[in-house]
Amino acid sequence: MALLEIKNLCLTFDTVGGKLKAVDGISLHVDRGEVLAIVGESGSGKSVSMLAVMGLLPWTATITADYIRFDGKDILNLSPSDRRKIIGKDIGMIFQEPMASLNPCFTVGFQIEETLRQHTDLDRAARRRRAVELFRMVGIPNTEDRLSSYPHQMSGGQCQRVMIAMALACNPKLLIADEPTTALDVTIQKQILELLVNLQIETGMAMILITHDMGVVAETADRVAVQYKGRRVEESDVLSLFESPKHPYTRALLSALPENATGDRLPSVSDYFLEEEAVTGGAA
Amino acid sequence: MSEIVLETRNLVRDYTTAGGMFRQAKTVRAVKGISLKVEKGKTLAIVGESGCGKSTLARMITMIDPPTAGDLIIDGQKVDTAKGVSPELRRKVQIVFQNPYGSLNPRQKIGDVLMEPLIINSDLPASERRHRAMEMLKKVGLAPEHFNRYPHMFSGGQRQRIAIARALMLNPRLLVLDEPVSALDLSVQAQVLNLLADLQDEFGLTYVFISHDLSVVRYIADEVMVMYFGEAVEYGTRDDVFSNPQHEYTKTLFAATPRTDVESIRARLARKTAAA
Repeated sequence: MALLEIKNLCLTFDTVGGKLKAVDGISLHVDRGEVLAIVGESGSGKSVSMLAVMGLLPWTATITADYIRFDGKDILNLSPSDRRKIIGKDIGMIFQEPMASLNPCFTVGFQIEETLRQHTDLDRAARRRRAVELFRMVGIPNTEDRLSSYPHQMSGGQCQRVMIAMALACNPKLLIADEPTTALDVTIQKQILELLVNLQIETGMAMILITHDMGVVAETADRVAVQYKGRRVEESDVLSLFESPKHPYTRALLSALPENATGDRLPSVSDYFLEEEAVTGGAA
Repeated sequence: MSEIVLETRNLVRDYTTAGGMFRQAKTVRAVKGISLKVEKGKTLAIVGESGCGKSTLARMITMIDPPTAGDLIIDGQKVDTAKGVSPELRRKVQIVFQNPYGSLNPRQKIGDVLMEPLIINSDLPASERRHRAMEMLKKVGLAPEHFNRYPHMFSGGQRQRIAIARALMLNPRLLVLDEPVSALDLSVQAQVLNLLADLQDEFGLTYVFISHDLSVVRYIADEVMVMYFGEAVEYGTRDDVFSNPQHEYTKTLFAATPRTDVESIRARLARKTAAA
């Protein structure tokens, strides 16, 4: 049975200009121990659909779905307090801006132990031991010292490691990583991706990786879902996606990679949609 | 040999942190002697990670910051930024910044954004300024009706087009592009890169293209310089640098770039199955 199953998720935001449909009927599932990548550009609804799972959307959002089932429980119908028992414990999440997602007023050690205090009944000494262990796991040197640093004393890559440590604190069954490396240099990106992949294999957790970078997809995912304008346009395993992309948008994304450039101009997405319209007579 | 638009000789820049009663002022050498030459109509890409001094170098080339030591030669003319720069020289070098959300004034209409460089640097009449701004809008792929809109009404890619249009208003010889596409989506990135290539062909522009994305650099550059802690560790033509990197850091950089070819995905999946 799938670990997370979403059926027909729709998201609408109330805005000054009326209702805005951000996600339009998305279904997806993740099995235990699987890495799913959700790809799409900004505005394709990839982040908000995961925020809906986490219950982190503002009140202006209306969520409708047939069900969002995690580990057999429908989390849409859970009471907020029951839901909080799952979020942060069984589902961990990492965000794009590591610097902005840590609280600048508290030490990173405190912030990790806070998660443990909420979700486990470890005592203070055990929480500290667990925090040290987590820091070793994500590869932060001088562990004991680093626990009492503030976020601004660490580099972007280190902060992202702290975020990962925090998300992993309670041994989650599912880790959602929302553009975990977008703000980082390539060399650091490589380290973080390797870390995530190794941790995923070690712990056997499932991982959902939200990204717009096809390179990141190629380096991490088992299965890929491509999203465009709030709809899912293609889903397949990573190899067949790169070998033979079916949907014009996926093909466009792949050929827009500068390393795949053939002529002296890059093809852009609109070229592909014109092609599709020519085939379907504008019905797409 | 064609003409050299930009040349620097041993450019150095120090930054001094403020000292106080209890603290000595510290000097950080951000750029440690960079020498480079760019020919007309060519693109030099500068690659490096954050903090390696590539943006500091860009600020010196655009004459925003004066160099601590070394010579900056633009169009065969030696420039002393500290002593003041002539308007004529200012017109020759323009810059496009990384973040298209931060580099446009939210209270300024696009038309005014484009006309402002003309007001400051030329004495054209208002009607002519307006005409040129309209023309430029079309050149960068926007429409005349965008003239009276505000920056928040545009997407990231469109804003970057506006920033490029603004830089081109004064017919510069040299355009410094500081990570112009890193904040953009892949598909939009492709459009902006194509636009830059078109404009280079049309106006014979010279680009200094700063980026940390090697795949973009490989696509757009004629020459590549790799910077590491303020030094140029590698400098050569694109094909030389990419086919035969000399320095350890360049090799690390290449190894860190994600691979999207089918063989490496297959190899990774095989490794994973073996590990599980």
